[in-house]
Amino acid sequence: MHGVAVDPIVTNLMVFVLAIFVGYHVVWNVTPALHTPLMSVTNAISSVIVVGAILAAGPGPLDRGAILGAIAVALVAINTFGGFLVTERMLEMFKKKDQKGQR
Amino acid sequence: MSPNQVALSYLAASVLFILALKGLSNPLTARRGNRFGIAGMTLAVLTTLAITQRIDLTIGALALGGIVGWIVAKRVQMTQMPELVAAMHSLVGLAAVLIAIAVVNNPSAFSVPDPIPAGNRVELFIGTFVGAMTFSGSVIAFGKLAGLGKVSRLFSSAPVVFKGQHIVNLVLAITMFGFGIAFFFAAPGTHWPPFIVMTTIAFVLGVLIIIPIGGADMPVVISMLNSYSGWAASGIGFSLNNPLLIVAGSLVGSSGAILSYIMCKAMNRSFFSVILGGFGSAEGATSAETQQKTVKSGSPDDVAFLLGNAESVIIIPGYGLAVARAQHAVKEMAHKLAAKGVNVRYAIHPVAGRMPGHMNVLLAEAEVPYDQVQEMEDINGDFGSTDIAFVLGANDVVNPLAEEKGSPIYGMPILEAHKARTVIVNKRSMASGYAGIDNPLFYMDRTMMVFGDAKKVVEDIVKAIE
Repeated sequence: MHGVAVDPIVTNLMVFVLAIFVGYHVVWNVTPALHTPLMSVTNAISSVIVVGAILAAGPGPLDRGAILGAIAVALVAINTFGGFLVTERMLEMFKKKDQKGQR
Repeated sequence: MSPNQVALSYLAASVLFILALKGLSNPLTARRGNRFGIAGMTLAVLTTLAITQRIDLTIGALALGGIVGWIVAKRVQMTQMPELVAAMHSLVGLAAVLIAIAVVNNPSAFSVPDPIPAGNRVELFIGTFVGAMTFSGSVIAFGKLAGLGKVSRLFSSAPVVFKGQHIVNLVLAITMFGFGIAFFFAAPGTHWPPFIVMTTIAFVLGVLIIIPIGGADMPVVISMLNSYSGWAASGIGFSLNNPLLIVAGSLVGSSGAILSYIMCKAMNRSFFSVILGGFGSAEGATSAETQQKTVKSGSPDDVAFLLGNAESVIIIPGYGLAVARAQHAVKEMAHKLAAKGVNVRYAIHPVAGRMPGHMNVLLAEAEVPYDQVQEMEDINGDFGSTDIAFVLGANDVVNPLAEEKGSPIYGMPILEAHKARTVIVNKRSMASGYAGIDNPLFYMDRTMMVFGDAKKVVEDIVKAIE
């Protein structure tokens, strides 16, 4: 192994497999009552693809790639903001009986 | 920022995303979880902005999309959540495709070597076709959920099937992979034609795999597309060697996959039979035997009298209730009954509504406390000792035929409303549910039917309860 770097694909694969395991265990613990907020928050989280879009928009010259990137940024930003906000809106509605008076 | 600093702040963002999902295990910690998610996203975006050159362009695009997202999130009705989620999936899919095109256009902008290495080409191919299918599939799902069937037959909520459908899909899929391989082996400078053909086929396939899936299966479709959008993000993360995208994408991908599994199980359908589609084509059809059997029907006044004299009531809301926007009236009814000392609870079937957990959100919106709302497994044992089960706009999920061998829905877990001492069912008509089969619950001696729009009926009941 000396002197030979691990291929980034292998490192990526390790991250990928471990993240699936984490996701699997965390999501099974989500209470069924919150499955809709789960879906809207995962929607917001998947908009982290905006990172790729920002890189596409960012190299400097305003060429084809940069314009595509900027369009992608604008599209996904709808998710980034909308996803978290609508989740917040939903979660605010979930209240226990005794909490109602103290709103 | 040095590459190491960037990587470390991406790591922190990944952890924050995991904490965001973890928070949802309980309504009490859920909001804190959402804040973790927001923090993670802010960190990720700021870090990336710090290493990019065109901040003006990016901030402008972010602001534009952000304003649209803000307005949509504030205005959307809770009944429209499935449409909103479908629309958002499509955006992630489309963004994945746009980014992939940008990578093919200029790999060095992403610190990907030019010509693109073999491994990254494979990942790019996967990210692109999954993204393209997510986009077009979600557009169809959005149309079906938003009731755009009149605009185009593709958006019809009934399954769209044609002869040889599966063969066409298979041939298209194989062709798409063929062009993917051609893209892989293309000499530098000649990779555009196979890439474009492959992406186009993926867009078409996305449409074709969603159109045969009918109304009742929408909760599965929407969970499945949720999963796809995550895998698309992961695929792009692989091609850009970006661990944050890989982690976030896999979290979303596995979450959607688990939800699809839960939904399939709640309908006792295999994932494959849902994907192949065509189920529920007899939607709305009334079975021939219906006319021969008699039902007892009553007025809202009768129901008010029964409810007022009961000790315990379990309300079973279905999608019909959401369509009629009756959740606020139901809450008022429950409130009045509780004031008379009646123990009122709600029983939720996993597929009540058009997306996982939809009914819980609708009830929460009507300010029904979540501790009165119970899941199927928790409440099913209590029906036997309950005075009244009040079914509002639900049908298949309370059909006792599910317990009889040979029925089309045999094995589907149901809410055991038929075990209650008295059953009251509100429906608009005797039409059957999505499964297209009759429901013996309606003909029981202990059952009283109240016909009419859920909202109108419940409001009349509220008036009649002194």
